[in-house]
Amino acid sequence: MPDRPLFLERASFHRRRLGDAARVLPVLAMLLILVPVWWVPSSVSFAAGAVWIFTLWGLLVIAVWALHRALLRAEAATMRASEAVPEADDAASAPVGGGPDAL
Amino acid sequence: MPFESLVATCLAYVVLMFGVAYAADRAAARGHVRWLDHPLVYTLSLSVYCSAWTFYGAVGYASRSGLEFLTIYLGPTIVFTGAWWGLRRLVRVARMHHVTSVADLISARFGKSNQLAGLVTLIAVIASTPYIALQLQSVRLSFEAFATDAPNGAATDGNAFGGTGLWVAAGLALFTILFGTRNLAADERHHGVVTAIALEAIVKLLAFIALGVFVVWGLADGPLDMLDRIARASADPQVAQGWMLQPDRWTALILVSAAAILTLPRMFQVMVVEAADEERLHVAGWAFPAYLFAMSLFVLPIAVMGREMLPASANPDLYVLTLPAAAGQDLLALLVFLGGFSAATSMVVVCAIAVATMVSNHWLVPVWLALRRIPAGDETDDLRGFVLNARRLAILAVMAAGWVYHEASGGTAALAAMGLVAFTGMAQVLPAMVGGLLWRGANRKGAYAGIGTGFVLWMALLFLPSVGIGGALPVPAGTDPWTAAVMLALVLNTLAFIGVSIFGFPDPVERLQGLSFVSAVEPIRHSRMMRGNDRAEPLLAMARRVWGADAALRYFQAEARAQGKSGYLPDLTPRFLTRLERRLAGSIGSATAHAMIDRVAGGVALTVSDLLQVADEAQRAKEETQRLEAARAELVRTAGQLREANDKLTALSVQKDAFLGQISHELRTPMTSVRAFSEILKDPSLTEAERTRFAGIIHDEAGRLTRLLDDLLDLSVLESRRAQLTIGVANLHDLISRALSAASATRPERGFLIDRDLPSEHLAVITDVDRLLQVLINVISNARKYCDAVHPVLIIRVRRPEGGGAVIDIVDNGSGIDSGRQSLIFEKFARLNDPARAGGAGLGLAICREIMLNLGGEISYLPGQGGAAFRIVLPARPPAAAEEARQA
Repeated sequence: MPDRPLFLERASFHRRRLGDAARVLPVLAMLLILVPVWWVPSSVSFAAGAVWIFTLWGLLVIAVWALHRALLRAEAATMRASEAVPEADDAASAPVGGGPDAL
Repeated sequence: MPFESLVATCLAYVVLMFGVAYAADRAAARGHVRWLDHPLVYTLSLSVYCSAWTFYGAVGYASRSGLEFLTIYLGPTIVFTGAWWGLRRLVRVARMHHVTSVADLISARFGKSNQLAGLVTLIAVIASTPYIALQLQSVRLSFEAFATDAPNGAATDGNAFGGTGLWVAAGLALFTILFGTRNLAADERHHGVVTAIALEAIVKLLAFIALGVFVVWGLADGPLDMLDRIARASADPQVAQGWMLQPDRWTALILVSAAAILTLPRMFQVMVVEAADEERLHVAGWAFPAYLFAMSLFVLPIAVMGREMLPASANPDLYVLTLPAAAGQDLLALLVFLGGFSAATSMVVVCAIAVATMVSNHWLVPVWLALRRIPAGDETDDLRGFVLNARRLAILAVMAAGWVYHEASGGTAALAAMGLVAFTGMAQVLPAMVGGLLWRGANRKGAYAGIGTGFVLWMALLFLPSVGIGGALPVPAGTDPWTAAVMLALVLNTLAFIGVSIFGFPDPVERLQGLSFVSAVEPIRHSRMMRGNDRAEPLLAMARRVWGADAALRYFQAEARAQGKSGYLPDLTPRFLTRLERRLAGSIGSATAHAMIDRVAGGVALTVSDLLQVADEAQRAKEETQRLEAARAELVRTAGQLREANDKLTALSVQKDAFLGQISHELRTPMTSVRAFSEILKDPSLTEAERTRFAGIIHDEAGRLTRLLDDLLDLSVLESRRAQLTIGVANLHDLISRALSAASATRPERGFLIDRDLPSEHLAVITDVDRLLQVLINVISNARKYCDAVHPVLIIRVRRPEGGGAVIDIVDNGSGIDSGRQSLIFEKFARLNDPARAGGAGLGLAICREIMLNLGGEISYLPGQGGAAFRIVLPARPPAAAEEARQA
């Protein structure tokens, strides 16, 4: 497509890569949950299995939390970057911490 | 606990729920939706996934099959880890099209087909009825278990609780009708219901965690001891056999529960329909898995402890109630009872709303509209009232069906399997749903084929066997029949969907919808929808029938204002019609809204050529932009050229003025002397000697004038390239010698050292000999005039270049010419030093340049030679001679 940029700035590039991570995460989660049961069902069926799966589950929750946090920040950064370009002069002259970003 | 006080507790709890729902609805009506819209409320409302089946049944499931119960929670967890790109997109697309249910989503995607929505509704009804019955049963069982001190004594006295199911069903129907069909808003959100459910989610979670903490730290001796007990329990070979995970079953269960979180009517209702936007999934993406984690963490400990402490005859499904009761923790048992009650009621309420919306939008309203074929404009009845009543009727019907099913099945253990049966039934919608969202090629026939195949196989292999009709799938030993049936249904469903889609050609409406769903963009508006403005009023009348007079007028006025019109009747632009249709779809489903708009506004069927026109318009617009871009670049180029030409003309004009000024000045000086001296000659008292001297001066000045005019004429002839050339052959050595001797008359007092390379000078040149000589004399005289060295040296070098001709360099050892003025020296009247010293008109080098151009060569100044340096380049033949040679 000719009207899409071929290369991105740092902020947008970073956000896209985080988006890639968000796509990979469910696949990774599925593999981690399915493969051990196919592989060694007898060792993940009982107490050890409970420890394994709840640990994995807790890590997944934390991973999604961290990823969403990073993605929201990256989106905000991209937004700021795209806004800052036309208003570079204003941003430079504004007092530090005076903008809405400081809140 | 006595039966009466238990009923009283339940009633108090129910009153609390009614109060919360009422307060939330009132707050929403006043516009106070801030905290109602909080992502946490949304996340908690998603917990409607944990019905009584999971609340009570999970422990029973775990005590029979060990960790396998986790699959029901792990499937949704995997789906929610993909919330960022998967669920967000689903919610965005669904909100964009004001989708009211999962059936409506499928219908809207596949060309607003109501029949398809009807089929999905059928599956939902068949799958949901036993599921609701299961909830009623769990409430009845918990009553039985809890209202007697002996956990198992109630079975003989079941009649005392026979009415429980009916009362619960009636109460929930009342709640659902009150808060679920309050309005027919375009966005179909129920703040009261959602808030009540969020509260119930907290009760559920607290009850379960309280029980879990009591079991792990109260009955057992902490987590390590608990793990020990789990290990000990699984040492029993019979238990170990049941607990051993089967990989195929594990995978299929995770797949089915992942599908269920997307397709179950109640999940779609809370996750998609009740979501104001997709932003709340940022929190729900991790918070909902965390909720599921908390709900399942203590399931296995409770199951193991129940096995240890309770008699073998106790029903494992009721361990959560009987365990605290047996331990003497009555308050904890009451909390758990309320938790289970919450789980059952919230599931029933949301499920009833979702299924009733489908039934009324896809079954009752279309049938009603089809039965009454009255011209649209004359309809004065209240469609809104009908839709709401249809919905209430549907809620009652769903509840009644659940209760009847419950009574008919007699509360057998067969119900326990109904949860999974419902999951697998709704999972048949998944291929069409996911395919429709990701693949533009998916079409309605494919969706029919896929969902139809899945539905038939599900009925035959899973649903009917679960109610005792027909048997399980005959499979080879070692294979799990349930897994085989589920995978067979899903795989054939998907293959049919893809296969038929590949060979189909969808109609234009479907293709437009497909584009909009897959690309998650606003539906493209097509120009064919443009119709006469006289239809605006019937449309308003129709909208009034759906939304009520006030809401319809408000909407139309806002739309008219957006178009810059006053009053209530906007122009029927494609944009307005598309928006109106989608807003109506939010109330009555996309298929019905589409049909109604078409009927009222005098529908013209969309054709393939219209679609191509849409594509064409976009293409044309793009080409037009490119064309304008090219034209703009061309204009910029032309403007640049014009500016350059203008600059050149201005410079020429300035030059011309300067030339006129110069030439007037040059002519005036000798004329002034001639006039002055001729005045003096008139004086008779002059002596003869004086008279002769003055006449001499006049003669000299006249000569100077003549030379100047000759030069000017010569220059003008040369510049016009009309000079007559006399071409001849000469030896360059002779020419240089003649030039040197001729030039020696200039400032003869200066003794120049001439440095020549004699052998190389003997070159024959074909040119106008006199003109070349003139150039050489001029350049050498200039050197003599201007060279300011104490011991002046003149270097003359000649060589023959590759292509013939000659290159003559004449270099002196003076101070040369400033780089800034080198470009000026060949201009007319360009005298670098004071005019007196030069003694000429300043035309010499200008004439030289013109002569050389006429001879086909050039003269140029060579910078950086240690003095003034001129290079004269002669071609092998002069241009005129070259032309003659060519002609010959």
